[in-house]
Amino acid sequence: MIWTPIDTWICVIASLCAAACVLPGCILVLRRMSLMGDAISHTVLPGIAIAFLVTGSREPTAMLIGAVIIGLLTAFLVQAIETLGKIETGAAIGIVFTVLFAAGLVLMRQAVDHVDIDPDCVLYGAVEFAYFDQITIGSWAVPRAAVVNGVALIANAIIILIFYKEFKITSFDSALAMTQGIRPSTMHYLLMTMTAATAVAAFETVGSILVIAMLIVPASAAYLLTDKYGAMFLIAIAIAIVGSIGGHISAVTIPPVFGFSGTSTAGAMAVVVGFLFFLTWIFSPKHGVWSAAMRRKRVQQDIIREDILGLLWRLEERSRENSDISFENALCIPKRSVKRAIRHLQKLGNICLEYPLWRLTEQGRKEAALIVRSHRLWETYLDKHFPQDVYQLHQSAERLEHVTSTQMQSRLGDAEKDPHGSKVPPSPDN
Amino acid sequence: MTQRASQLGSEHSPHAAVSVHDLTVAYHRKPVLWDVDLDIPSGKLVAIVGPNGAGKSTLIKAVMELVPKASGLISIYGKQFRKQRHRVAYVPQRESVDWDFPIDAIGVVSMGRYRKIGWCRPVRSQDKRLAMDALKRVGMEEYADRQISQLSGGQQQRVFLARALAQDADIYFMDEPFASVDAATERAIVHVLRDLRSSGKTVIVVHHDLQTVSDYFDHVIMLNMRVVAHGTVEEVFTNENLRKTYGGRLTLLDEAAGLLARQSSKV
Repeated sequence: MIWTPIDTWICVIASLCAAACVLPGCILVLRRMSLMGDAISHTVLPGIAIAFLVTGSREPTAMLIGAVIIGLLTAFLVQAIETLGKIETGAAIGIVFTVLFAAGLVLMRQAVDHVDIDPDCVLYGAVEFAYFDQITIGSWAVPRAAVVNGVALIANAIIILIFYKEFKITSFDSALAMTQGIRPSTMHYLLMTMTAATAVAAFETVGSILVIAMLIVPASAAYLLTDKYGAMFLIAIAIAIVGSIGGHISAVTIPPVFGFSGTSTAGAMAVVVGFLFFLTWIFSPKHGVWSAAMRRKRVQQDIIREDILGLLWRLEERSRENSDISFENALCIPKRSVKRAIRHLQKLGNICLEYPLWRLTEQGRKEAALIVRSHRLWETYLDKHFPQDVYQLHQSAERLEHVTSTQMQSRLGDAEKDPHGSKVPPSPDN
Repeated sequence: MTQRASQLGSEHSPHAAVSVHDLTVAYHRKPVLWDVDLDIPSGKLVAIVGPNGAGKSTLIKAVMELVPKASGLISIYGKQFRKQRHRVAYVPQRESVDWDFPIDAIGVVSMGRYRKIGWCRPVRSQDKRLAMDALKRVGMEEYADRQISQLSGGQQQRVFLARALAQDADIYFMDEPFASVDAATERAIVHVLRDLRSSGKTVIVVHHDLQTVSDYFDHVIMLNMRVVAHGTVEEVFTNENLRKTYGGRLTLLDEAAGLLARQSSKV
């Protein structure tokens, strides 16, 4: 493909739009009210349609006012239905937003007869053609959508910076905010206003249906990536921009590969940010699914290594040779895990091979003694405080020995012998 | 209103930290608190005890105007709560917030300074320092940068306590601060409570552990929809009053309340 200034402008417009959406989006996600964002972004449609019908033009101020009024009406109606009608939030949102959206569709059909608009563009967005609708600022000709979304982004950024801590406290602990005189409902309606205004700015670019993807998806991905409030906004903006540019590139490059013509950029943007979210969900270092699995696996391997050390120590204790022992049968673990653990222990210098026997090194013996000491002290402790049968005792101690720090060990007390009569290895401190 | 307010002033002691007069609170038309009338003396550690659903949390929330009252007058040092916000600190129940929120311990404690900082202004370095001092007082300074979900339940409770200390108030309302905390946290809280009392502060605590009331508190409010008894622990924390408080609801009143609820829902 050939990259033209038009492509650059599409990327700029899409990025501005997505970044503008992300700012209220982050707060919506933190307040666990994403669905409310969905509702508002849809119900701006009747507001826009009414503005069209009243003014007979695409006057942006009228559209903004219409959309914000209907957006706030949505927020108000949802709350009223919820509190007065004993209906759960999800249902209340569903009722208000579908009815208002449908009314918007009806009105939009009427508006088409009076105003030069394309209803498809309102629903699905038309960032591809945004370049051709230009306005001049000074001596510069700039696409109108770039200005509109740019203004939305700057306005949102200013509002969030000004009310930074007010949004934070009302989102985290609304009761405390209220006792301090920072009214949560004020911030709630400010957020709803921001969401509605942003949705108006964005609807021509990504369409009123896909605004929600830009509001929620990058913010949710950022939520999985960071534990810092401020960083969440910045990361979400970065994801939104990558998603927008990636969306446009894939919209113009991927379909031709399969013999289709280019596809909707807005749709591709939503798919790409969705994909980015999916990657985060899997690979996020702290909250990702894969990272969690890796952490579990690492813990398992630690346990296997400790079990092998413990086993070798006990064999030494009974002065038995280990040539005939199979670790996998003695410890009930797969052969592959044993091999890996042995390799790791060898590398750590805890065991060495004196063919055909594995022997503990001096260092390995020390560590093994600590583990066995933990095990036997736990058995003693459990037997004293929670008498149970010997097998259970062993099973519990087997799990507990792997989480016992030296400090915990010292609190377990001391004992000469465990309940089975085996000698407890002495503390390394004495 | 002003007339009632002046009456209130004459009936109730002007030295009271909190005065509650004929307070009734209802949820969905069912009364939770009924004709609560009390003066909470200044500079004392005060426990509110009572069975589940007795309205203990509701009482402190009503004082801080977090729940609407059906009727009654409340004053903080003789003035309306909204004029005294700066003199009140609040420790909500631990379960009331989302501990997965992306914020660290020092960030939560700094929230106690938000009112003093004022609207739309950033957190200043002196506020950070005061927040850090508050964390030190509860023995949590090492955890200042820890994300709050990585703290244990007791540590989370201490962060909440530190936040209230950072509010630097005269009256502290705490909702079940001792609920399911470890021994170290319990000691830290008791230490802070005594500290607050010796610097002349009033602390009002919703408490569930009857064993420790006599050890930890000077005054006790025994509540079961109405105030069963209130006064110094030695005087009113008796078996007789405990039986009255925990021995079932006052059935006649309950029945009447149910009737009222049904009647008004018909209208």
